[in-house]
Amino acid sequence: MAAPAAIPSRRQKGDLHTETQLISMGPSHPATHGTVKIMLEIDGEQIVEMDVQIGYLHRGFEKECESGTWYQAIPYTDRLNYNSAILANLAFCMSVEKLLGCEIPRRGQWVRTLASELSRMGDHLTRLGAACLELGAMTPFLYGIEARELVWDLQEMLCGARVTSNYVRIGGVQREITPGFLERLSSSFVRIEELLRDFDRVVTSNRIFVDRFRDTGMLPLAKLIDYGVTGPLLRAAGVPLDLRKAEPYLVYEEIDFDVPVGSTGDNYDRFLVCQEELVQSMRIVRQCVPVIEKTAGEPLNVADPRIRWPAKERVFGRMEELIQQFKGVTEGIRVPAGEAYAAIESPNGELGFYIVSDGTGKPYKVRCRPPSFANVAPMRHMLVGGMLADIVPTFDMINMIGGECDR
Amino acid sequence: MSSADDLLEHVKRLLGSDVLDSHSQCGDATVIVPLGAARECLRRLKLDAELAFNVLIDLTAVDHLGREPRFDLVYHLASIDAVPREDRTAAVHRRLRVKTAVPESPCAADSVCEVWSAANWFEREVFDLYGIEFRGHPDLRRILLYDEFKGHPLRKDYPKERRQPLLGPRN
Repeated sequence: MAAPAAIPSRRQKGDLHTETQLISMGPSHPATHGTVKIMLEIDGEQIVEMDVQIGYLHRGFEKECESGTWYQAIPYTDRLNYNSAILANLAFCMSVEKLLGCEIPRRGQWVRTLASELSRMGDHLTRLGAACLELGAMTPFLYGIEARELVWDLQEMLCGARVTSNYVRIGGVQREITPGFLERLSSSFVRIEELLRDFDRVVTSNRIFVDRFRDTGMLPLAKLIDYGVTGPLLRAAGVPLDLRKAEPYLVYEEIDFDVPVGSTGDNYDRFLVCQEELVQSMRIVRQCVPVIEKTAGEPLNVADPRIRWPAKERVFGRMEELIQQFKGVTEGIRVPAGEAYAAIESPNGELGFYIVSDGTGKPYKVRCRPPSFANVAPMRHMLVGGMLADIVPTFDMINMIGGECDR
Repeated sequence: MSSADDLLEHVKRLLGSDVLDSHSQCGDATVIVPLGAARECLRRLKLDAELAFNVLIDLTAVDHLGREPRFDLVYHLASIDAVPREDRTAAVHRRLRVKTAVPESPCAADSVCEVWSAANWFEREVFDLYGIEFRGHPDLRRILLYDEFKGHPLRKDYPKERRQPLLGPRN
């Protein structure tokens, strides 16, 4: 009996399977916090082509804003970026104040600055913690989230809610600082610093972590500018553009802080920039505290009842103020006809609001310029040609927030 | 004379008769240009050595229902320091708002994707929510809503309460 002939392998026949593969990542993928769908064409583990499909969290933010009064738009802005709701409140209110031409009292500005930086800390802590978690590192995530929880506890003391702050008002802020807040803040910061140290020890020079982050997700600087990318992504590439310095709003001009920059713009640089920004935010908050202590008793809000209705204890006890409050709630404030654009430095970059008023009590148009949207757009260019495993760290460092990107 | 007015003077010198109108309400320098010349004007604003509007910050539309032409396209431009620098923070040198009116029919404008890549997604969003088409856009499809969605929800005549059919899985 003759030995069976050897079966020729596919390689010998020249048709070893080499087709590219289509993969749909998301919309509900553990690493796509928020919902986003990434259609991928991969060759082995290399990304050949990708299409980022957003919109799964579109809730008609701008349409809703057009149907209520100016005040009623503020809670919607909370729901843009759940990590830094106060900053979205602030950007919206600043655009309305720009059109109204009103100036916030000094104490109000310091309180807003403090609240902004707390909000930024919460955002960066989530970004850094979640990035570790999604690469399989549970411990640093817990450090980050414990620190964020301390920040959110402070936020809760400030405005009564951990996440949906609804804190900043047109013409001021929602309420006076809760007694004991500043003491709590200093004790929380001691613990947050401990946590950041622990976080740093576990992550920053961890070989596995560095290998996943270094030299991934890069994009040439010219392309970043071309795509309108702002925030830590741009700073990591070496451009120290920070609106807090470039176009100082609130009281940032009087505060001493640094703008960290990277050099190569890879994910590792982005990570380091965010880590340093956290330290700088704490530095800013610490400079706000003595001023807020010193100015206790001074007004927080503009004194014009047509813009910011009177304090509750006056409303409940006096006729005139009761009427002002009633008119403020039922009719809303009158914003003069026209258009204005105001932008602030949010944790993801330039967060701007372009508003159009027709002079009635309702906004004619509220446009939110979301930093996430502009930052996600060039993601394809950051990843095509790279490895499948680069998607998660790159996506984490872009920090796309579905609510803000899709509105 | 404020810096916004200085900037407007400069822009008017550059664009000449293409500037139909301008204002600097709230300190925001704004020029209005004709639809047909909009792309060329924007390109010149970017390429001008002194103005150098290297970033398209935002693009949106406003629906002035009842006005003719009905829509406004609103471009927000910025000129920023585009080189890494050690010595100080990068500056936003100037900002400009450029508006152009788009009629209801034909509801189309020229795409500026070649000028700034950022326009790609912004134009898709305006197309999606306002129904303004962009000629020359490489990939004009809906971005926030799904393909089967009927209408353009940010138009003022789109009722907020309108419901769209719920789509099942496609496979």
